[in-house]
Amino acid sequence: MLKIIATRVIEAFIALLLMSIVIFLLSRLTGDPIALLLGDGATDADKIAMAQELGLDRPLPVQYLNFLGNALTGDFGQSVTAGKQPALDLVLSRLPASLSLAGVALIFTLIIGIVFGVLASVTRNSPIDVAARLIALVGQSVPSFWLGIVLMYIFAVQLRLLPTSGYGRPEHYILPAATLGLFTLAAITRLVRSSMLEALGSEYIKLARVKGLSESIVIWKHALANSLIPVITFMGTFFAVMITGAVIVETVFSWPGIGRLAYESILSRDFPVVQTVVLVITSLFIIANLLVDILYIVVDPRMRSRG
Amino acid sequence: MPDTAMALTSNAGRFRAFWRQLDWPLRVALAMLVIFVFVAIFGPWISPYDPLQGSLRARLAPPVWQEGGSWAHIFGTDRLGRDILSRIIAGARISLTVCVIVIALAGAVGTAVGTAAGYFGGWTDRILMRLVDLALSFPVILLALLLGAISGPSFTNIIIVISLVLWSQYARMARGETLKIRNEDYVDLARTSGLSDFRIIWRHILPNIAPSLIVIATLQVGIVIVLEASLSFLGVGVPPPAPSWGSMVADGRSYITSAWWLCMVPGLAILFTVMAVNLVGDALADRINPALRGRNI
Repeated sequence: MLKIIATRVIEAFIALLLMSIVIFLLSRLTGDPIALLLGDGATDADKIAMAQELGLDRPLPVQYLNFLGNALTGDFGQSVTAGKQPALDLVLSRLPASLSLAGVALIFTLIIGIVFGVLASVTRNSPIDVAARLIALVGQSVPSFWLGIVLMYIFAVQLRLLPTSGYGRPEHYILPAATLGLFTLAAITRLVRSSMLEALGSEYIKLARVKGLSESIVIWKHALANSLIPVITFMGTFFAVMITGAVIVETVFSWPGIGRLAYESILSRDFPVVQTVVLVITSLFIIANLLVDILYIVVDPRMRSRG
Repeated sequence: MPDTAMALTSNAGRFRAFWRQLDWPLRVALAMLVIFVFVAIFGPWISPYDPLQGSLRARLAPPVWQEGGSWAHIFGTDRLGRDILSRIIAGARISLTVCVIVIALAGAVGTAVGTAAGYFGGWTDRILMRLVDLALSFPVILLALLLGAISGPSFTNIIIVISLVLWSQYARMARGETLKIRNEDYVDLARTSGLSDFRIIWRHILPNIAPSLIVIATLQVGIVIVLEASLSFLGVGVPPPAPSWGSMVADGRSYITSAWWLCMVPGLAILFTVMAVNLVGDALADRINPALRGRNI
């Protein structure tokens, strides 16, 4: 088991390294940073001096090693637009807003999705089941940018129950978290429902019933325990969906997170910030996937004996 | 002549038998898909107005069911006086075009990579699958924004970006399915009879894994439509003035309190189309490969 985990950790490092090369190359291919920094009035001499100062006259592999060395010490350059603030500080200051939003959305979708999925599978073809299937269908079909606007229009503009935007108080979380979470809620409900149906028809559930265990223990303990494994497998994907969705949801609700920072810095061509945001987000992806892999190995006994 | 008439009735009969065994949501979904494809293909001939030309006298006209609306503009007009219905029809054409190109491109690349990885195994497999993992862990919407910001929104960019997101799903599926059958007797036989690897994959493996790949393609149609709309909403998708459903929602956003239909109509067009596609995709998955049901995210 330790050996598998160690392999996964090494693979995650390699993925991070590869990702840093991709990001480095992308940022070099995306136009001339010198022209961008100096503006139109610069002479050739200015440009050469600038290139030497920034190390851009050296070969690409050397530039990459420099970039990597700086990145490892936390130096990603300074933001071009936000008053020369270090790019990493800017990104890290926006991180809590994104993580708390994704966390709130994920916790609620997990609880509601699991309960809904279990109830739907137990009462097959009942109104609850139909409602669960409908939510699953709509949730996987509705575009989140539009859902956000519609929720904002109904609950903030028409009913005046909730704020349109803002950050800090609990009520600010409701609409963005609902928008961000609906897709995942739909996915979890479907997953739990279909794997519960599979489990409820299996031999070990029949055995548990024959043993005389109460129905609620059979459902919520024995059947659910096995039905949660596919949910764990997809946790990494859910996290990815949330981070990607964050760019859209944070833009719609003016949420001060890294998603909106990414959007704004790309539109204003603030490349040091863009590089940092992309690297931070991909690192989060890779770490989340690593944790899911490890969790999976720990939870599923079949995985422990392998390797 | 009697022969063709016979063939027609038997085809119609087969269609009726097929139609009867579907439940009503699936019938509605299939009908909506047919309408979507029809509108997308014949749009230019059935559109009541030019989707790009507005008349300034008819700006922000409400839809027909609102007070002040008229049958001249069933869904109303936007801030430049362009007919919303005509723009929705033109948007369907854009959506369908993107879907067809992206799924062909991503499917071809992903299948090639997946079958090669599964068939050859060893280092080929290891390297190609690392590549798939990398593609899965890259925040693609950021890549789309980056490309869009550098070279401006363009049709080519949006196709490249969405294909970059989706090819890896085919690669995973194709690899898994290839692994299952690569040691079957008929593949061994083809190998001992001296067929080249390429021919074995093309003639003996691909036909056997095709059904699973077709299911993935169907389930991806909805994802492509939503991604295209999302990127166009953020301003890095289909370039204006082409009426993508996503950019129509973005246009209507600032008029939400005074002219809510500007957002609502294109949003509902996306929602209904994607719901129909997903219903049909699920039904197809049930029929071809039930193991895929509910596993596609």
